[in-house]
Amino acid sequence: MFEHIDTSLIDWSRAQFALTAMYHWLFVPLTLGLAVIMGLMETFYVTTGKVFWKDTARFWMKLFGINFAVGVATGLILEFEFGTNWSNYSWFVGDIFGAPLAIEGILAFFMEATFIAVMFFGWNKVSKRFHLASTWLTGLGATISAWWILVANAWMQHPVGMAFNPETVRNEMVDFTAVALSPMAVAKFFHTVLSCWIVGAVFVVGVSCWYLLRNRQKEFALGSIKVGASVGLFAAVATAWTGDISGVQVAKLQPMKIAAAEGLYNGGNGMPFTIVGDLKVPKMLSILATHDIEGYVPGINNLLEGGYQLPDGTTALSAEEKIKRGQIAITALDAFRKAHKAGDETTASTARKTLDENVEYFGYGYIKDPSHLVPNVELTFWSFRIMVGLGGYFILFFIIVLIMSKKEKLAYMRWLQQAALWTIPLAYIGSQAGWVVAEVGRQPWAIQDMLPVGAAISKLQTGSVQLTFFIFLILFTVLLCAETGIMLKAIKKGPEETKNRK
Amino acid sequence: MSHSLLTRIWMFYRDGFREMTLGRTLWAIILIKLFIMFFILKLFFFPSFLSGKTTEEKQQYVGEELVERANP
Repeated sequence: MFEHIDTSLIDWSRAQFALTAMYHWLFVPLTLGLAVIMGLMETFYVTTGKVFWKDTARFWMKLFGINFAVGVATGLILEFEFGTNWSNYSWFVGDIFGAPLAIEGILAFFMEATFIAVMFFGWNKVSKRFHLASTWLTGLGATISAWWILVANAWMQHPVGMAFNPETVRNEMVDFTAVALSPMAVAKFFHTVLSCWIVGAVFVVGVSCWYLLRNRQKEFALGSIKVGASVGLFAAVATAWTGDISGVQVAKLQPMKIAAAEGLYNGGNGMPFTIVGDLKVPKMLSILATHDIEGYVPGINNLLEGGYQLPDGTTALSAEEKIKRGQIAITALDAFRKAHKAGDETTASTARKTLDENVEYFGYGYIKDPSHLVPNVELTFWSFRIMVGLGGYFILFFIIVLIMSKKEKLAYMRWLQQAALWTIPLAYIGSQAGWVVAEVGRQPWAIQDMLPVGAAISKLQTGSVQLTFFIFLILFTVLLCAETGIMLKAIKKGPEETKNRK
Repeated sequence: MSHSLLTRIWMFYRDGFREMTLGRTLWAIILIKLFIMFFILKLFFFPSFLSGKTTEEKQQYVGEELVERANP
């Protein structure tokens, strides 16, 4: 795609970012999910006065602390990579990316650092209600941090609220609200955070079932399962609902992602949803993508060829036409900068007008062949099925666990206890698969339609990117082993009971 | 009054850190990790690619790169 850049450099830069993001994402969902569950448990303690709930909350808080300590700051590595490996991108996004990340950093530091200390050190030192507030505010701080990160990600998926300044070669924020509250950001936030609650809930139910399998801490395990499975069922249903909202947005704003996730080459009206192979649900894709049983869903070929009618009544451009307009935009940028530097403002003004007229296709100017606009269809297709399939499984799983728990049969159902234990890795797989769909499905773009990955990366030696890739692989694996080891030790030890418990 | 509040906050943190058990191991992990990240990775492997350039030079460099990569 980029003759000036070794394609292996693009691949290694992407691999490095994917590796660090995916490892980081092993820690985040459990933090957000456990925060809600332990908050609820402590609320039960404060409202009922039962010390049982205090002990239960404290145990899950300990696991939260282990996960938080090992995972904290792993996201900063992504910011290192922006400066080193993605310098063109970092400059190009300007303050759009900087503002949300700065807010995230300040909030994360002050909110989490303040209230997490009260949460861990404050038992018996501050009032029950102040402690409870600190527990919820720790979770809220982490969730607000996630909001700003997801705002930044949503902007890359659907850039809004900015204007490109050819003088500075940066995008400048013109509407903060449009960036912070873009429909893409709102949907992404709720879908992602709720899916994190599923991970937390599965973890609590799975670990509790391990105690049941070992005939240990039965009361604690059954109490935890009831809270965990209730949160899990709510989160799983809500994740499916927000996923539906997200799906309609993606179909409208990133139709290639939907086409790749469906493996749909030739679209049309009233399209079926492929489960696997020839197993299809009639009309379902149109319903999911457009909320209309006969809605038009373009396939990969339609998107490349254009010519179909868009929802706003205009006709879709072909990839060739978009590439041509992108090249005009880049040529205009070059002409503007040269003329501006030479003090020829008349030519600069004409070039700027041409640039502004074609800037929405800017990124297409880097695409040498329309086929490069198609993401990895197989990976997107199967990741989507894993995500949706596991989402459906989690709803069923939590329903069964809750029913059996209510009937007081769960303590004797070893197969269900074992299934719960093995559901823990599935929750992580489902969460990761969601990000694979979101990120692989929008390739080749670093910023949708504006900057492909090949133009976004720094001109480095491929070898240096490979070296840091393996350094991260080792570092993160060590961290993961440390987390798993300390976590397993804490789980084996089990919850500590308060003396003179009533 | 405010002095007393500051003292109480100081004692709260001091006692909290003193009474830690598992927390000591976790703090050790956090500090080692931050040391590796900021004093090894950031310093030796992740210098800012555009560092050492003035704002104008950065604009010039990225502007040229974005044009050059579109026109082989």
